[in-house]
Amino acid sequence: MDPYFLDLPFRRLGEAALTEAGRLGATYADFRFERHQGQGISVRDTSLESMVTSQTLSYSVRVIVNGAWGFASSVTLTPEGAVATAGRAAGVAATLANLNSEPVELAPEPAHQGTYVSSFEIDPFSVPDEEKVALLIGVNEKVLASRKVDHVDFGVSLVLENKYFASLEGTETTQQRVRVQGDVDATKIDHTTGAFETMRSSALPQGRGWEHFSSGFDYPAAAGEIPTLLEEKMAAPSVEPGRYDLVIHPSNLWLTIHESIGHATELDRALGYEAAYAGTSFATVDKLNNLRYGAPFMHVTGDRTVEHGLATVGYDDEGVAAQSWDLIAGGILTGYQLNRQMALKQGFGRSNGCAFAESGSQVPLQRMPNVSLQPGTDDLDLDDLIGGVENGIYVVGDKSWSIDMQRYNFQFTGQQFWRIRNGRLAGQLKDVAYQATTTDFWNSMDSVGGPSTYVLGGAFNCGKGQPGQIAPVSHGAPIARFRQVNVLNTAAQRAG
Amino acid sequence: MRLQQTLERVLELSRADGCIAVGWFHSSANLRWALNTSTTNGVSESQELVVISVIDGRVGSVARSYFPEESLESVVRESEAACRGKPAAEDLMPLLEGDEIPGDFDRDPRETGIGVFGKLVPDLAAAFGRAVERGYLLFGYAEHVQSTVYLATSTGLRRRHSGAEGKFQVNAKTPDFKSSTWAGQVTTTFEDVDIPAMEERLRLRLEWSKNQIALPAGHYEVLLEPSCVADMTLEAYWSTAARDADEGRSVFSKPGGGNRLGEKLAPSGITLYSDPREPGFEVAPFSVATSSSSYSSVFDNGLTSGRTHWIDAGVLTGLITTRHWAKVSGAEPKPFIDNLIFPAEGPSLEEMISSTERALLVTCLWYIREVDPQTLLLTGLTRDGVFLVEDGEVVGAVNNFRFNMSPLDMLAQTLEIGRSESTLARELGDYFTFAKMPPLRVRDFHMSSVSESV
Repeated sequence: MDPYFLDLPFRRLGEAALTEAGRLGATYADFRFERHQGQGISVRDTSLESMVTSQTLSYSVRVIVNGAWGFASSVTLTPEGAVATAGRAAGVAATLANLNSEPVELAPEPAHQGTYVSSFEIDPFSVPDEEKVALLIGVNEKVLASRKVDHVDFGVSLVLENKYFASLEGTETTQQRVRVQGDVDATKIDHTTGAFETMRSSALPQGRGWEHFSSGFDYPAAAGEIPTLLEEKMAAPSVEPGRYDLVIHPSNLWLTIHESIGHATELDRALGYEAAYAGTSFATVDKLNNLRYGAPFMHVTGDRTVEHGLATVGYDDEGVAAQSWDLIAGGILTGYQLNRQMALKQGFGRSNGCAFAESGSQVPLQRMPNVSLQPGTDDLDLDDLIGGVENGIYVVGDKSWSIDMQRYNFQFTGQQFWRIRNGRLAGQLKDVAYQATTTDFWNSMDSVGGPSTYVLGGAFNCGKGQPGQIAPVSHGAPIARFRQVNVLNTAAQRAG
Repeated sequence: MRLQQTLERVLELSRADGCIAVGWFHSSANLRWALNTSTTNGVSESQELVVISVIDGRVGSVARSYFPEESLESVVRESEAACRGKPAAEDLMPLLEGDEIPGDFDRDPRETGIGVFGKLVPDLAAAFGRAVERGYLLFGYAEHVQSTVYLATSTGLRRRHSGAEGKFQVNAKTPDFKSSTWAGQVTTTFEDVDIPAMEERLRLRLEWSKNQIALPAGHYEVLLEPSCVADMTLEAYWSTAARDADEGRSVFSKPGGGNRLGEKLAPSGITLYSDPREPGFEVAPFSVATSSSSYSSVFDNGLTSGRTHWIDAGVLTGLITTRHWAKVSGAEPKPFIDNLIFPAEGPSLEEMISSTERALLVTCLWYIREVDPQTLLLTGLTRDGVFLVEDGEVVGAVNNFRFNMSPLDMLAQTLEIGRSESTLARELGDYFTFAKMPPLRVRDFHMSSVSESV
């Protein structure tokens, strides 16, 4: 645990805030103190475009008074400031109580005292800036040295997150998480026609330290491959629209899982609590245990426990211990993501620990855990899946994504699209997007790869809520095969 | 220690060749409701200090949200240390100079609180009661933010801006969730939020929705409400970096090199500009940048901005240009400005409906993402109200669609321009508050597939 964080006065502030909340009649109160250390680095071609190191520190008090939520945050690190913040939170609850027709109650959770530190080898903030910049510029120089691309951008984001949580229920936890991401994105331009194409590395964000860059993903190797891949893509034929069998790599499939399963199985959405903004879900609670979501072998889990997962924690932001559970088993919808309020309201008994706030100054929402498609028991590999396709496309890497407000109609593009003819790869295609409805798509899945093809993907910036918040989340997937999916030609989509 | 004093202390402590200090104070209040009851509500205050040191042309940037006086020296030293071992900044320019302290620089930040909703809360409670009586559900969100920024440089420049931003949006649904409508507005005070009037608009549209009409994907004439026009044009505005265009990697790049400045993109009735002093849409009249990109440069901190035309009478006349890129390209600097104005004095939406033979009336758009940067092809969904207009009247509600459309094609295919009004972009309003847009009639808007969602 970072010693700077441990020296901060969070216990003293928490005690003062919770005592005041109790005095003001709170039936529930929690105090959350967070410190986030961040660094963003951007290299444009061979120039360092920006490098900003930040440290955000804030705390908040959340109360239930007279059955209504109240929340206030502050950066005044004195007991007096914490007491005043508790008073403001109680004041919010009192002011808005007459808008509240449903008294807030929470599912029970045992009191916990614990510490959690995520797995990492090298604290990314212990690495000298010069070393980081040298790595990024070196990779970009290698890409440009190929003379096959015109521009290359390398963006890196590093986060170390510390959190203290205490509640009137007696829970007191201290946590630390580290996460990193880095993307290399090259652009090739046909200066005569003005046409251009891009190609991004297949590196995926991880709950790891600097070792992701120094010994994990091989960025120099990617720098060697990207120019040729991009040159081939630029010269590739534009896809003929129609129905194709798709073999999808986890570097693309994680995002489809995120949008069409992750958000669809949020219970607050299914109940309508996000209807005005993020939307609802086609997977409504009356469909629990009877909706045929996908193929009979489809197994999707939710967890906050997997090592290196971006949503992995020891305890959530309501003091619930991390768990793992099934969301889809045997292709049937069998579970939801829960916070304590929604868990009790819908009779689930206990929350599965999906409350999360972006920072100490924001209110916890029901947020996504790691949601992952499990691999098959037969250890099929890429060749096995491609071998069963006569006329198809192999999709690698994510790019554009969009899904409707009930998580049903979606459209995704990618980084690489490889033609499959008679069980073999036959060169790249371009201008490809696949469009489907969620249950049609997952029911068209006829095979998944084995554990050797399983990759943990994810994102730092899943958005939800008002005021808007982002959350990091991972999605594991094997390579998977889908039959007769609608493929568009994006170049032909422009109106005429 | 006051924020202004903090900035002055930072500059005193600085040993760099140049130093920029920026301080923000944000105060916000929000309330949220769903299913005719309040959900998450709260108040928040936060502050941020960014210290940017420049040594031998190299830049070191450090940001803090907690910066007591005793910590300032370490923050400044960290910023200076961050310059070490780095290459010189490509966008290096002399810091802007100033010798006068603006009259408002000494003013303290403004704050807000839950009391800003004093009029709204009883009105909303009454609306919940009417919704229960009449059998529909209300969802929505109200947010008020008071932000103040102070900027000081070692070259004597001082700037301050304080502004309020408020958003109110309400969504009505039938209890079976099969019909849904939305209304939103931008406000700075919440005194002008007329909940009964918005309720009437929503109820009328729920009434229209009683006749449900299934239409297939295809190219349609559409009447886009101002919120839709805001979302689409903001996507275009955010793609107007001159450097990206000049380098050949933007929709505004010209085949063969250079950019499309001077090219006719749209009918002559279309003008888009930004102006920090536009009445009712006031935003900071100077640049604030904590990092550099093709859209901004830390060396442009404090650069004043004025009315800037991006499209004038259908012709592309402006691209966002940093001082550095202006020097490289021989253009004039044109900083990003936080409002977008599409001036138009055409007919009202109701008048446009009345003169329509057959078109889809689209309330708002959602989940808009770039598909192809070369054409700025966007995909997204219609949301909370697509209505069929025939022979001058709304005849029913239509299913939602996924669209694939470039905002430049939308502008080029515009047939009629309505009357501009302040509008809240349904999707991008979270990031960009102040937009004044008209409704548009557009031909051949590409609805790529049907969305069964409501």
